[in-house]
Amino acid sequence: MNNFLSKIKSRKILVFPYVFWILGFTVVPLILIVIYGLTDKNGVLTFENITSMGTYEHMKALILSLLLSLISTLICLLLAYPLALILKKRGAGAGRFIVFIFVLPMWMNFLLRTLAWQTLLEKNGIINGILSLFTLPGIAVINTNYAIILGMVYNFLPFMVLPIYNVLVKIDDNVVNAARDLGASRRQTFFHILLPLSIPGIVSGITMVFVPALTTFVISNILGGAKILLIGNVIEQEFTRGSGWHLGAGLSLVMMVFIFISMALIAKYDSQEGRTF
Amino acid sequence: MNKRYVAYAKKAVACVLAFCSTTFLLSGCSLLQKNGQEKEAGSGGKLYVYNWGEYIDDSIVEQFQKETGIEVIYDMFETNEEMYPIISSGAAKYDVVCPSDYMIKKMVDNGLLAEIDFNNVPNIKNIGQQYMDMSKAFDPENKFSVPYNWGTVGIIYNTSKVEGDPDSWNVLWDERYKGNILMQDSVRDAFMVGEKKLGYSLNSTDRAELEAVRDQLIAQKPLVQAYVIDQVRDKMIGGEAALAVIYSGEMLYIQNEIKASGREDQLKYVIPKEGSNLWIDSWVIPKDAPNKANAEKWIDFMCRADIAKKNFEYITYPTPNTAAFELLDKDMRENKAVFPDQEMLKNCEVFQYLGEEADELYNNLWKEVKSN
Amino acid sequence: MKIGILKRLEKIFGDFYLALILIFLYAPILVMVVLSFNSSKSRTRWGGFTWQWYTQLFSSSMIMDAFKNTVIIALLSSIIASIIGTAAAIALNDMKKLPKSMLMGATSIPMLNADIVTGISLMLAFISFGISLGFKTVLVSHITFNIPYVILSVLPKLKKTSRYTYEAALDLGAGPLKAFFAVVFPDIFPGILSGFLLAFTMSLDDFIITHFTKGAGINTLSTLIYSEVRKGIKPSMYALSSIIFLVVLILLLITNFAPNINKVHKNTKIKGMR
Repeated sequence: MNNFLSKIKSRKILVFPYVFWILGFTVVPLILIVIYGLTDKNGVLTFENITSMGTYEHMKALILSLLLSLISTLICLLLAYPLALILKKRGAGAGRFIVFIFVLPMWMNFLLRTLAWQTLLEKNGIINGILSLFTLPGIAVINTNYAIILGMVYNFLPFMVLPIYNVLVKIDDNVVNAARDLGASRRQTFFHILLPLSIPGIVSGITMVFVPALTTFVISNILGGAKILLIGNVIEQEFTRGSGWHLGAGLSLVMMVFIFISMALIAKYDSQEGRTF
Repeated sequence: MNKRYVAYAKKAVACVLAFCSTTFLLSGCSLLQKNGQEKEAGSGGKLYVYNWGEYIDDSIVEQFQKETGIEVIYDMFETNEEMYPIISSGAAKYDVVCPSDYMIKKMVDNGLLAEIDFNNVPNIKNIGQQYMDMSKAFDPENKFSVPYNWGTVGIIYNTSKVEGDPDSWNVLWDERYKGNILMQDSVRDAFMVGEKKLGYSLNSTDRAELEAVRDQLIAQKPLVQAYVIDQVRDKMIGGEAALAVIYSGEMLYIQNEIKASGREDQLKYVIPKEGSNLWIDSWVIPKDAPNKANAEKWIDFMCRADIAKKNFEYITYPTPNTAAFELLDKDMRENKAVFPDQEMLKNCEVFQYLGEEADELYNNLWKEVKSN
Repeated sequence: MKIGILKRLEKIFGDFYLALILIFLYAPILVMVVLSFNSSKSRTRWGGFTWQWYTQLFSSSMIMDAFKNTVIIALLSSIIASIIGTAAAIALNDMKKLPKSMLMGATSIPMLNADIVTGISLMLAFISFGISLGFKTVLVSHITFNIPYVILSVLPKLKKTSRYTYEAALDLGAGPLKAFFAVVFPDIFPGILSGFLLAFTMSLDDFIITHFTKGAGINTLSTLIYSEVRKGIKPSMYALSSIIFLVVLILLLITNFAPNINKVHKNTKIKGMR
């Protein structure tokens, strides 16, 4: 009996540091954002910061961000899924090793890596240099939306590969083999067995790529030549010029609600299990 | 725990360990190198310096530490606008900061700065009187600031890609150079170009004028390759663009680089005839600086002729230190891109702080340009 | 016969695809390595081969300090997050549905929120409670965004452990701590490890949150690089990255291709654990 009590107690107590932590460093800061977003410089309640999302410039930035992040999420998915399948076929040991190889670039600073893409993509950059060696026409993607998408795909691809790979390795090979033995074609096996079983991983991957892509401001600055204003740039500028904190908080609030809604829509598929190595 | 996970765990832990051991190995090496060099760092207290990125010769910081025993904690910002809220909110306390002209005015107006005790800065005599006079635009009584660097903004052009020698901002609207123009990615610099092109003051607060400038900038946008957030200089050296708006301080670096690759005179600098921005970055001391006396020692140190010369040779931005100027080679003193003469500066203006309302107006119009 | 050819084709295609993706991922890193040997400071001009950036690296206290900060913050924040997160996961696993789902909702906030919003909200909180920004605020922020990764990695593993083994251990006279480390811990250890690793990676790679929560005199590699972007990156930065890259890669290869060295020893160890 004594044992039982102490067990219950000690186990529940374990959550307290965490509860304290999220209250102090997640909930309170969010409340502050709400307060800032709903007031003006003089502390008067206003909805202006929220409604200003509707202005032409902000709307345009938001829609462009949405578009670019959706496209890059899709590309990441299309690249990552076959990759995860190939890795699964390599067996656990080799697969894990290659997964490490995918994560390794993330340990180099992402600003440096993104800047290096600039050197690669520039008009007189390395890629164009190589193309001209073979007398091929050069590419002109730097400072365009394409370069931003490339930057997003490059930076966030590992976040898509990892969760998909993690759910795929858990699928028992025997299930796939059984389906094949029962006469299912490769296509049927894929669409009726593999794909449905891997949806939680896909959803995790989409979340982990879409959200940071939607809100980035560094990639658009470095690879977009700062010609393209994304919603992340707008918010960052409001905060870095000092007087725009209230507007910045208001816009962040709208974006946050927006992300939460879209995530809630797909959350029922999200196992959240896949987001590990 | 199955075997697969043991192997996996080993790999993971090995990687993390590798990372960490690299740190301590490398820092061990750097400690070895430093050993004996600055044994008394910290004995003279501390000094928190907040300066632009890559805006000082690191060895000068070390020399200062060695000579004074003051431990320097050195931090960097990327734009004036980024620096301001950090100082004004008191989020981080610095002893000595190096903002630009208009930002100094804003800080003075908002009571963020402490008066400098010039008895502790005897080397102020090295700073040329004309630069102290220029400073009066934002610090009318020369009480709060000591000039660190100055310069102009102009056009750098690639002679192999541009016909003739441009002398006007209009060339940045020339259709022939579509996709070959680099603009500065900062509100005031970008608007300055438009304002000067249209013959306005670069401190205009007139809404109609500014809207006209905005329209100019929007019209120019299709021709612009990028609003450069990173170095114009590397893009120009690499031949990425034909024309760019650039700070004169970058020119010496560029001249050295292209000289090394045997393309001398390919890149030239001009201050357009309509006039331009004359800027000064100065040392100031925030009001709540915890180590004001050390800050004054720092400023005095930076004004020393030998230090200013050494620093100039590293960062290549024109120095207002006339004693250091006299120490330079004749070639350098006559390099007009670096040290323009008064005639070339006649239409130039110093940025003023325009007040919060105008700030807002500039920012909103700039946002319209950027999102267009 | 036909199937054999198909299999081989598939393998070749797979290799090709892997190679393409690896080129894509490693091209920028190759660029960094090359630039670290470029004697010209400009990244667009090759000025000849040099080692000078490597020697300069050791005398640049700014880079070394930033590097140390980066690693210390990554290590501390992921260890602390692993402890808090694992504890929370154990408690969460036992909880009733409602409080559990509420807490899980709160857990996903830092993951779903834009980095910029997380960073700004933390900065606002620190400032309004008069906490001056510095090393500790960066550490706290990193722990905050790291905990969810640990919880989400540990929870699934916990679900698979049977609570009866733990209770059996208790009945056999082990104290709760001992029972936990003897029975539960080995089962959830892979989860903790991958959570830790993910947290470490996230912390190393973070720029935005650090940017907003760092104070005077503290830099991580990311913030140092960002402040150098306008005036030009010091080539020593590339040198540092190249060294890190090489060391980690070599160790990774060693652990992967020399797995048999202590095999016997390892097996006995595992048996001993059980």
